[in-house]
Amino acid sequence: MLTADVHFLSRHVIVLPAFVEQPTLFGGLEPRRRCCYSLTGAMQFSGRRRKINANPQTELYGHALQFYGQPPLENISLSEFETFAVDRLKLLKTIENLGVSYVKLSEQYSKKLEAEFKTLSFPYRPEADDRKTQTGPSELEKRRKDHISHFILRLAYCQTEDLRRWFIQQEVDLFRYRFNNLPPKQKLEFLHRNNLQYDTINVEEKKSLLDKLVNSSYAVSGITVEDQDFYKVPFQDALDLVRTRKVYLKAGYVYIPHQDIVTIVLNDFRTRLSKALALTARSLPAVHSDERLQPLLNHLGHAYVGQDYSIQKNVGKISLEQIDSLSGKSFPLCMRQLHQSLRENHHLRHGGRMQYGLFLKGIGLSLEQALQVLEVGVHKGQSGCRQV
Amino acid sequence: MPASNYDQACLQDLLPLYYKRLFPFAQYYRWLNYGGVQKNYFQNREFSFTLKDDIYVRYQSFSTQGELEKEMQKMNPYKIDIGAIYSHRPNQHNTVKSGTFQALEKELVFDIDMTDYDDVRSCCSAADICSKCWTLMTIAIRILDRALREDFGFQHLLWVYSGRRGVHCWVCDEAARKLSVAARSAVAEYLSLVKGGEQTVKKVVLSDPIHPFIRESLTVVDHYFTQYALQDQDILGRKESVDKVLALVPEDVRKDLQQDFKNEKKPETRWKLIEDQAIRKQSTAKKGQHFEKEIMLQYCYPRLDVNVSKGVNHLLKSPFSVHPKTGRISVPMDIKELDTFDPFAVPTISLICEELDRPRTGEEDEKSEDIKDKENEKDGAERRKIRDYKKTSLGKYVKYFDRFLDGMARSWKGDLLRKSDLQKEF
Repeated sequence: MLTADVHFLSRHVIVLPAFVEQPTLFGGLEPRRRCCYSLTGAMQFSGRRRKINANPQTELYGHALQFYGQPPLENISLSEFETFAVDRLKLLKTIENLGVSYVKLSEQYSKKLEAEFKTLSFPYRPEADDRKTQTGPSELEKRRKDHISHFILRLAYCQTEDLRRWFIQQEVDLFRYRFNNLPPKQKLEFLHRNNLQYDTINVEEKKSLLDKLVNSSYAVSGITVEDQDFYKVPFQDALDLVRTRKVYLKAGYVYIPHQDIVTIVLNDFRTRLSKALALTARSLPAVHSDERLQPLLNHLGHAYVGQDYSIQKNVGKISLEQIDSLSGKSFPLCMRQLHQSLRENHHLRHGGRMQYGLFLKGIGLSLEQALQVLEVGVHKGQSGCRQV
Repeated sequence: MPASNYDQACLQDLLPLYYKRLFPFAQYYRWLNYGGVQKNYFQNREFSFTLKDDIYVRYQSFSTQGELEKEMQKMNPYKIDIGAIYSHRPNQHNTVKSGTFQALEKELVFDIDMTDYDDVRSCCSAADICSKCWTLMTIAIRILDRALREDFGFQHLLWVYSGRRGVHCWVCDEAARKLSVAARSAVAEYLSLVKGGEQTVKKVVLSDPIHPFIRESLTVVDHYFTQYALQDQDILGRKESVDKVLALVPEDVRKDLQQDFKNEKKPETRWKLIEDQAIRKQSTAKKGQHFEKEIMLQYCYPRLDVNVSKGVNHLLKSPFSVHPKTGRISVPMDIKELDTFDPFAVPTISLICEELDRPRTGEEDEKSEDIKDKENEKDGAERRKIRDYKKTSLGKYVKYFDRFLDGMARSWKGDLLRKSDLQKEF
């Protein structure tokens, strides 16, 4: 369970709550890294003996992309806490907006997202390191910010189903973008580091399996086999593909083209995050007991819940004059028919009147307005019309 | 070997003898203990017994082989089922906090029942089987055995005759035992091609591309199809059968074939006509038309009950259990001799009990084996018991079971070594 160890080292320094260990989906529990940071940054270990790293951060943040399996265990100041959280929220909002406006991973999408990464000081270049002198925060600092801000937002977004869904969706999109940007070698490294034992098959094996691969999936053609890397994945990690027989299976491994491996990794990420949020939600009361964190987390959670479908854009009162034009554009065919008939014949029989009347009520017309519609239809052609 | 006449009423008298002198407890324990690699694996296993008068008791568990023996000899169950390995001893499940008693592992199992094929076999129905329709089981075993080994990479498969009208498969690999419910159901779905119940006419629909698994399965069916379907089952002979087959082809093709069949009566030729039509259709139609393959699969492909395979806690009839209705022992099947397996030659409990008193031919070979037993330091009772089942027709099945266990034992040795290395025990 979560133990919220909050002690005051000074007015502005807090210890982030120690998050509960998340067991990985593959390979069981990660070995617990017991290390505590003193203010000076030197690492002290209890238990395992390891070489004391001069710069502890290089070990934690040696890689551009992570699954956020390990929570941060350091002290940060309250202001940093707030800044990190707000910046990440801005990033996720941008991701949401860009995802709506552009095709995900298209050039425009990537360009704009990169600009946002730069502005908010988040890591985005997988090969980046601190060798070149640069102004502004170092790569390590950016990665640290990425790591910590993710966990802060977990606290804010774990509480309700809607919040969780939104948070997971944006984080998955962010992960997808970053994973895609990794060069192939780093992709493999990432998979192995995170206990996803996926290897690519070499060219000879691809050639020998060509027919089988092409015949296993509608989406795989000879060209796919030639151009893309194929990964060997244990079948337990690709159950959906196995269940529907959409993939080639041999000796307990499924052979997946690169385009699909991303799906599997993303699903894995989504599942892990979902489980983690559920666990975090259970431990939330302990965190809320800290009065400094509570208002901030609440504010974050309420500031953005996702698409605001309650925006009154096109919804409004329909006026009578609009009915004619709307009937052509927006009415369902059956109602359009009725309206047309009403106009042409200046008359609507009982059944039609009932149906159409209900529909007018349904689109928001008041009783008087509805009656007017039905009457106007009648009165427009006085000559020779029948009594209603 | 003619089976002795079996009468269900004799079961009450035969079972005590069976459990006392014939049931292979040593091998049974060796199997379910899995080399002792995991702690309490045997102790946490659920067994269920069906006793006389249909009394059913679940959540039986035992600490040792001896305890299992004693209990079975005391209760003389009519049927024995094996369940899952639980988090706690099943016979103490009431003392455990609710929610914490859970099924953890179990072999991946498949149950193929002849009644599921009633719509496509004309020789028998319901609980009956004959040598003609038994081919369906042979086909099923070949297809599934290949798929489980080559596609899924499983190695330790135990096929068991259920005693009456079907076969079971126990996949005993460690990876298989640890599969989740979702994984088991995915495996079962992968292996399912025949879908639909009584109301469905066309139960197999194939679309392009044809997956390699389906191609391999078709190769197996092809091997048996002419003999089994065209001759034994005569599906293109009598009018009702022909109509059923033609209901599975597209309408335009059906009309042509009905016309052709007026002049052609030989089943093999009729089938060739169907195949020719299929080839013609495939070259002209935009999407592949595979009705000739669909017919073959609908008539021959294995029909699985997905629910049996899905559940980790599902109880399945134990090998070496007796089938109360037929008296036959659920014996393990040697796949190498699959084509010659005869379900009617499987020994019944009355036969083997009778054989206990008769000396069997080949007793001379057994004399030398007795000497070997002495050298192995087994105690008198056990030696006698081993000699007992060897005297009977059950012997060869237990021998095969031994070989199966030897195969698995090689992997246990490796696991035990690895475990002790990790724990630094020397």
